[in-house]
This record gives sequence, structure tokens and C-alpha cells, in this order.
Amino acid sequence: MAKKREILRGAEIFCRALKDEGVKHLFGYPGGAVLHIYDELYKQDAVQHILVRHEQGATHAADGYARATGKPGVVLVTSGPGATNAVTGIATAFMDSIPLVVFTGQVPTHMIGNDAFQEVDAIGITRPCVKHNFLVKDVKDLAKTIKKAFYVATSGRPGPVVVDIPKDITADSCEYDYPKEVEMRSYRPVVKGHPGQVKKAAKLILSAKKPMIYSGGGVILGEASKELIEFSRLLGYPITNTLMGLGAFPATDKQFIGMLGMHGTYEANMGMHHCDVLIAIGARFDDRVTGDLEKFCPYAKIVHIDVDPSSIAKNVPVDIPIVGDVKHVLTDLIDLIKNDKDKPDAKSLKSWWQQIHDWKAIDCLKFDRTTDVIKPQYVVEKLWELTKGDAYVTSDVGQHQMWAAQFYPFDKPRRWINSGGLGTMGFGLPAAMGVKLAFPDETVACITGEASLVMCIQELSTCLQYNTPVKIVSLNNRYMGMVRQWQEFFYSSRYSHSYMEALPDFVKMAESYGHVGMRIEKTSDVEGALKEALAMTDRTVLMDFVTDQTENVYPMIASGKGHHEMHLQPERELA
Amino acid sequence: MRHILSLLLENEAGALSRVAGLFSARAFNIESLTVAPTEDPTISRMTVVTSGSDAIIEQITKQLNKLVDVVKVVDLNEYRHIERELMLIKLTAQKEERDEAKRMVEIFRGRIIDVTENTYTIEMTGTGEKLDAFIEALGDSMILEVVRSGVSGISRGDKAIQS
Ligand SMILES: Cc1ncc(C[n+]2csc(CCOP(=O)(O)OP(=O)(O)O)c2C)c(N)n1
Repeated sequence: MAKKREILRGAEIFCRALKDEGVKHLFGYPGGAVLHIYDELYKQDAVQHILVRHEQGATHAADGYARATGKPGVVLVTSGPGATNAVTGIATAFMDSIPLVVFTGQVPTHMIGNDAFQEVDAIGITRPCVKHNFLVKDVKDLAKTIKKAFYVATSGRPGPVVVDIPKDITADSCEYDYPKEVEMRSYRPVVKGHPGQVKKAAKLILSAKKPMIYSGGGVILGEASKELIEFSRLLGYPITNTLMGLGAFPATDKQFIGMLGMHGTYEANMGMHHCDVLIAIGARFDDRVTGDLEKFCPYAKIVHIDVDPSSIAKNVPVDIPIVGDVKHVLTDLIDLIKNDKDKPDAKSLKSWWQQIHDWKAIDCLKFDRTTDVIKPQYVVEKLWELTKGDAYVTSDVGQHQMWAAQFYPFDKPRRWINSGGLGTMGFGLPAAMGVKLAFPDETVACITGEASLVMCIQELSTCLQYNTPVKIVSLNNRYMGMVRQWQEFFYSSRYSHSYMEALPDFVKMAESYGHVGMRIEKTSDVEGALKEALAMTDRTVLMDFVTDQTENVYPMIASGKGHHEMHLQPERELA
Repeated sequence: MRHILSLLLENEAGALSRVAGLFSARAFNIESLTVAPTEDPTISRMTVVTSGSDAIIEQITKQLNKLVDVVKVVDLNEYRHIERELMLIKLTAQKEERDEAKRMVEIFRGRIIDVTENTYTIEMTGTGEKLDAFIEALGDSMILEVVRSGVSGISRGDKAIQS
């Protein structure tokens, strides 16, 4: 006899499905279309609802949570403005392949298309920035659709999935049955790499005289850090990471030669330019990484491993493409390389490393340590020291983001949390909050700029309500620094609308939100302030570091230039 | 080069806009696009005619495959295949023009399916190229209206594209 199933209302099904999916935190904001759901949330305690102060904050917080834990971030917003406010966060997650499941309320089915109150075509608006989206048309499909949404968001190349739920669906009832698994004939991500391709790649890799390993966010998303380390150690080749890939290989390891790309290290970019075999792993040859494609890795044969076939050969032609899960492919490669009678060419490798050390000797990240006015790099460096390099660090977008990437060497994956692809200002604070909810006992810092910080500053309330004591390190240069830098370089220092006039008193602001505020104006006060803030483990602290307004991020590859055409700091520029 | 891509996709609301949206968002060309259900009511068959370098066609195919609603993508250019398009065309056909028009329709193996004192309406199938040639042969002055279905394609021989 078939087991008799409970009859539940859609709103109950929603809550039960989240529980059965193992969801612990739901970031959301209520409104008319989701009130049935909110009523059910009130009656249960399996899922903790985190009330944000703006739907963008909900998506970024869920995103930070997902990046730090590897589990999907879950969001609930109402129809219309709730959905549109969530779009920036959805697009941010999409560009960095972060698994999110975002539930948007929708007007009742019979009103769809009538320009009803708070109606937007959420499916249409989000289509270009989701991995997939679903409109639930029948309560009987609700549980299955939720299961599919989690499956699609977290498998293959992950990404955000939107589920649009009309209000009447949450009132209708049906039997509750949450499937254990789903099968979708139209969606079957590849896992294993093609054995022939993997073999060819192993041969090419072993034949290299000037090899480079270039790994990206895919290694972190694919939980393949351990395999990447083993692979790199086995070969002894130099390795560089993209902005999204930092932490997948320990940055303090001697094989690591820094981040590459627009603000990458001299040695990493020169290494890219001169290498003869490039091993790209879970990276997507983004324009901020490659510089001018015409000048990209002119001498290299390229192996590219990625789970998404469309990432391969999209921007750069590849000699040996391998479609597969990076963890599996690296495991296979390690096996082959271990068992191959050929070994890496020790002699060539030695002179290659010599060359790299010569590039490194230029010390491209050097900055002036004698000033009384605070250098932003110094703040990041001190934060690294005082947190023993083991904090979770979120960031916003701008110069501070690059300095965070350059001066906080991450030794573990999922510690560095930033919006690389979309470059969304306002990401840092809500993301930090999401991380802190996932890991209440870890130190979570948000390295930000005063312009980015205020874009989602309202989330300071959420931090207070849910007790997420994060440390906000604001590098306040009174400019949209990165914009100012481009205007200095490319627009003859015409600083058009990049000056942040009428800034608030950040100390008072932090205090008015119920937190601790600090203003730090001298280099000699930096360490003490950081120590004091870090010691207040149960308080959110906003540190307003008044930094050098004219500091620029170096090295820099201007657009249209190649890796070998980097600018160093003016006084250090090589002819 | 011109390619005919054949797609099987879930017969879901929104599947068509996902494909159409992909082409516009990534600035891929679309020459024509047709879609209709198949013998399996849960599956639609779409034929897209597009053009681009080999690298672009490769990207288009990969991006289409990535869409969660797309079950299968086949580039018919890689197979021996048959291509057909339906055209309905309305012409002015008065007095001495009428014979000329009829002769042309015969040469191109079309059929006159509606007649008035001043017009013929013609049905014609063939490759896109043939339909182009017919339009060119008639010249602009006679043509009142052209309706084309867009290309449908199928592979030759025993091979069948199935989900
Ligand atoms: C939402 C959004 N709007 C605009 C930009 C363009 N933008 C990139 S960096 C930047 C300036 C950031 O200033 P700040 O947060 O103070 O950081 P700084 O560069 O000074 O460290 C701007 C406006 C962006 N990335 N995101």
C-alpha cells in the first residue's frame, strides 16, 4: 500500500522543502506576494530567517555565505521591487558562478500579465543573469521545482537559480513529497575528463621548459584545492592565481608567484608572457586577466581544464581542452604524471625559476613605509599579520579590493570573498555578514572603501539584529579611488565626479547603528586600532582609516596592453 | 559561414525566449528561427539558421547546450541534410503579367493557391536559396507580400535526431 502523504499548503511545502533540503539560513524581506510564506516561517524554527534591510543585501549575504561554505545561499523576496532589488546580487553571483536559490514572490496566477500591483516579469528580468529560472504554475510542481532549483544551482558550473512563485500557489494545497533526487534529460553536467585528452595533456605538461600554472575560481568552486596543491608540488612549476582563485594554492608557498592580470605581480605577468606551456585550471581567460588577446601568451601551448565547455576556447584558442570537473581531472593527471617515466625537465626548470626570481627581485609591490599619512597597503598587511592570515576577508570594488588581494596572502580556499566578475560595489558588508552567520567563531573582516561601504550600509542594522560582529576596514581616501586612478592616468587628472564630498561621520554612523566606530589618521595608530578592534570579538567595529589620497594600485596593465607591458610605480618604472 | 542548427528543447514556456535571448545577449547572428512541437509533446524542435566563423559557431553550440532547457543541439552542416522552407507570396498579376507569373511558378515548382482578378497567391517550398532566386526572378514590382516560414532541416539517411 502506498504511504499516505500529508496534504500541505504551498507555503508549508515551501518551508518543509527548505528544511528537507537542509537549509539553515534564509535571507529575506517580506511583502504582499510572500505573506503566506512568511506566516509559515513564523510557525517553524528549522530555518532561520535573516531579515535584511534591502533585498540587494539579502542576495549578497547569501552569496557570501555560499562562497565561504560551498553550500547554496538561499533568498526570499517579494514580487515587483523585491525582485528587482535582488537583481544586482543575482547578477553578481552569476558572474562568479556562485550557487544561490532565490525565491521571488509573484502576483497570483490569474493576474499575471495584467500590470497588477507589484508585478514584474521576474523570469524575464532575471533570465540573462541566472543559470536557470522557474515559474511555478501548479502547487503540485512546487516541491519538485525547489529540488530542481537546488540541484541546478549546485551542480556542474554552479550559479544562481530563481524560482518565481505566484501567491495563489502558496495558498493551494497538495500532497507533500520532496524528491530525494532529480533527473533532467536536458541537464547532465560532465564530470570525468576525456581520458585521451588527459593523457595528451600530461605529456605536454611534462615536456614544458617554461611552464606556468594559472588557476581560477573554478578550483575553489570545485573543492579541488588539495588536488591543485598536490599537482603543483609534484611538478614544482610556478603557479599564479586569478583574483577569484586566490587561496586555492597557499599564497605564502614558495611556488606561488602572486596574482596575475591587470594588477597582478610583475613576476606572474612576465611568467605568463614568456611561458611555453600554460596549464589553465578552472579559469576563464577574463579580459582583466589576459590583457590584449593579441599579445596573450605568445609562446605557449595551452591546456585548459574547465567544467563548462563554453568557457573553453571562448576568448583564447586552446591546444588541449579538457571538459570535466577540475577535481576529477586533476586526480587523473596526478596519477598519470606520477606513473610516467618522463619527469619534469629539472635543468630547464631551474633556469626558468632563476628568471622568475629575477623578476621577483624587482619587488613590484613595494610601497613607501616612511610616511605618517596612512598607506592603504600597510593597513591590509597589518590586518594579515594580526589575523595570522587566517581571517575570512570580504571586499568591495576598487583600489582597496586590489590591495586586499595583493597584501593579504590567502593560504586557504574560500577565505577571500569578493565580486570579481560583476565588480559590484556594496557587496562587502552584506557578504561579511553572511560569512559570519556561517562561521560565528571565525574572524570576518570587510576591506572596503568609503564609496563602496555606503552602498549597502543599511545592513549594519542586520549585523546588530543577528549579532554578526564583523570588522569593517574602510580605506577612506575620500575618492572613488579606482575611478580617480583611471582619471589621473587616462584623462589628464580631470577628476570628474569621483570625489566623495559630504561624507558622513563614520564613527557616529557606526555608533548610531549600535556598533563601535573608530577613526584612525596616523600610520603609528594603525596597529593599535586593529588590535583593539579584533579584540572586541562580540562587536561589529567600523574602522575609518584616513589614507593617502594619491596612492595608486601598481603594477597596472592598461587596457589594450599585454602582460609584458605593465606599469610599475613611476619611480620604479623599468625603461 | 551559414550553419543550420537543429535543437531539441523542453516544451516549456520561456524556452524560446531563452534561446532568442542568448543570441541577442551574446551578439550572435540569427537569420531565421522556427519552432514547433514534435511527435513527443514534451519536446519542441527548433531550427536556427545562423552564420559566423568556426569559433563563433562552436561558441553558439556550446552556449545553446548550456541552456538548461536544451536537450540536444546538432549542427546539420556536419551531416548530409535536407533543408526546406515554405514561402507564401502574393503577386500583382494583371493581364499579360498573368501568363508570365504562371510560367515562373511552374519553373520554380510552386503552386498557385489563391486567385483574384489582380493577384496570384503562391505557395512554394525549397531551400532558402531557391526561394531567394524566385523572389529575384520576379523583381520588386510584382511582389505585394512575402511570408517565409524560416528554414527547417533534417538529416538524410537512417540517422535520426532524438532526445
Ligand atoms: C555599483 C557600482 N557602481 C559603480 C562602479 C564603478 N566603480 C568601480 S571602482 C569605483 C570606486 C570605488 O571607490 P571606493 O569604494 O571608495 O574604493 P577605492 O577605489 O577608493 O578603494 C567605482 C565607482 C562599480 N564597480 N559598482
